[in-house]
Amino acid sequence: MFGKTVIRSIWGSRSAAACYRRKYTESAVSAAHRQKEIIKSRYIEKDELRPLYMDFQATTPMDPRVLDAMLPYQVNYYGNPHSRTHAYGWESERAMEKARKQVADLIGADPREIVFTSGATESNNMSLKGVARFYRSKKKHIITTQIEHKCVLDSCRILEAEGFNITYLPVQSNGLIDLKQLEETIQPDTSLVSVMTVNNEIGVKQPVKEIGEICRSRSVFFHTDAAQAVGKIPINVTDWKIDLMSISGHKIYGPKGVGALYVRRRPRVRLEPIQSGGGQERGLRSGTVPTPLAVGLGAACEIAQQEMQYDHSRVSMLAKRLLQKIMSELPDVVVNGDPDQRYPGCINLSFAYVEGESLLMALKDVALSSGSACTSASLEPSYVLRAIGTDEDLAHSSIRFGIGRFTTEEEVDYTAEKCIRQVKRLREMSPLWEMVQEGIDLKSIKWTQH
Amino acid sequence: MASCSRSHVISLYRMLMKESKKFPSYNFRTYALRRVKHGFRENQHVDNPRTLDMLLGQARESLALIKRQFTQGRAVLSAPIKSSMMALLSCQ
Repeated sequence: MFGKTVIRSIWGSRSAAACYRRKYTESAVSAAHRQKEIIKSRYIEKDELRPLYMDFQATTPMDPRVLDAMLPYQVNYYGNPHSRTHAYGWESERAMEKARKQVADLIGADPREIVFTSGATESNNMSLKGVARFYRSKKKHIITTQIEHKCVLDSCRILEAEGFNITYLPVQSNGLIDLKQLEETIQPDTSLVSVMTVNNEIGVKQPVKEIGEICRSRSVFFHTDAAQAVGKIPINVTDWKIDLMSISGHKIYGPKGVGALYVRRRPRVRLEPIQSGGGQERGLRSGTVPTPLAVGLGAACEIAQQEMQYDHSRVSMLAKRLLQKIMSELPDVVVNGDPDQRYPGCINLSFAYVEGESLLMALKDVALSSGSACTSASLEPSYVLRAIGTDEDLAHSSIRFGIGRFTTEEEVDYTAEKCIRQVKRLREMSPLWEMVQEGIDLKSIKWTQH
Repeated sequence: MASCSRSHVISLYRMLMKESKKFPSYNFRTYALRRVKHGFRENQHVDNPRTLDMLLGQARESLALIKRQFTQGRAVLSAPIKSSMMALLSCQ
């Protein structure tokens, strides 16, 4: 970190904020300390009120209806669903199969094609590593994108070490991949293409239908991480020609610790299982299926299907309200990601001339996250924002607003007003903002070192 | 049918709203109130008795579900939760 700031100042900074940062940090050690100081985690004091929750992409609260469905299986019907010999096992298995059907109905699949896992991370790992390793002898190439979730990118890294050949497709500045480029990248020895449906950081919706067509026509398996999309937009795995799909429980108002993987049976997708054991879940994922969690996931999926239209129109309305309020009062605000091809409930805004961490600190009674939420606590901006070509300074000042089923108009209004007020205040204090107001073009400044 | 009479529907609505107000959590409370209102308003012109029966059955199940959540005004199986600042600000 220290080395980088010194080099940057020697060669002349590309962007103003980098120099602004150099003045801000003295050395690597104090930088790390500052990061720790800036948003130090602290427990809520005794009489303090809890902040309002606007981070629905990180996780969602469990719907009371889901909890109601789960409780009997936590308390009374506690049998192991794989016990064949007594009523406890049978009733537990019946609940598990019902949940399987509920999940399958949401995505237009057959219940036999659903495998319960511990979450979308496990499902992603299973798909990537499983398919790659199974078809290892003939096919060694995998295609994914630069804005995938960390678990996909990390699995690909491991596969590279095992001798596979991975192509990380770049994305355009609106966050969508170029279909032409995808077509050109597919080789005869490509086994899998993995593109997430809705991105968790910027909310863009990839052209999954077209990608499915391309992959089916070239006989390449298509995996999509639909953790943020399931239950929010209508998905049909047959229409979209998807072969593998990851589902996460706690993103659709279900319990944490459960997810599912859709594995197509016709044409059959073969996987090498990661978890070995008693052969449960078609041998793909051994281990006792946690009945209460599976029941919760099933209930969440059923509720999502019933409420999809109402939730979607409500979330769109609230998102439009938030954006309109903020954009009308503040200049120089950038919406990251395509304005049309997106899920409305995930809004990632970059406020120019304002530092992201100070804005988050100022908004401390709203639970938000910055663009670099999923990555570790480093001062690097999010790789997703970097992949869509955001300038360094804008990438550092990005905030992600998440709107969900339980968000109210008052919360949105409060967040918008607070945000506007704090951004104005921080901009007053910023020397860069002063310069911009005087009409100086920041990109033309030659920063000198002293 | 007696169970589909207007007064019955209205009393069901009132009971649902009364129970929904008991959620300790601001977000769940506002959601329940809003959703119940929307559900009844959306279906106010339904004529088909079978659909009506089904919808009213769903309403009764929701009422039972919400009632199950509480014992003496606090969510079942959970210790009292800290209130959200939004509850204070909006007085809901």
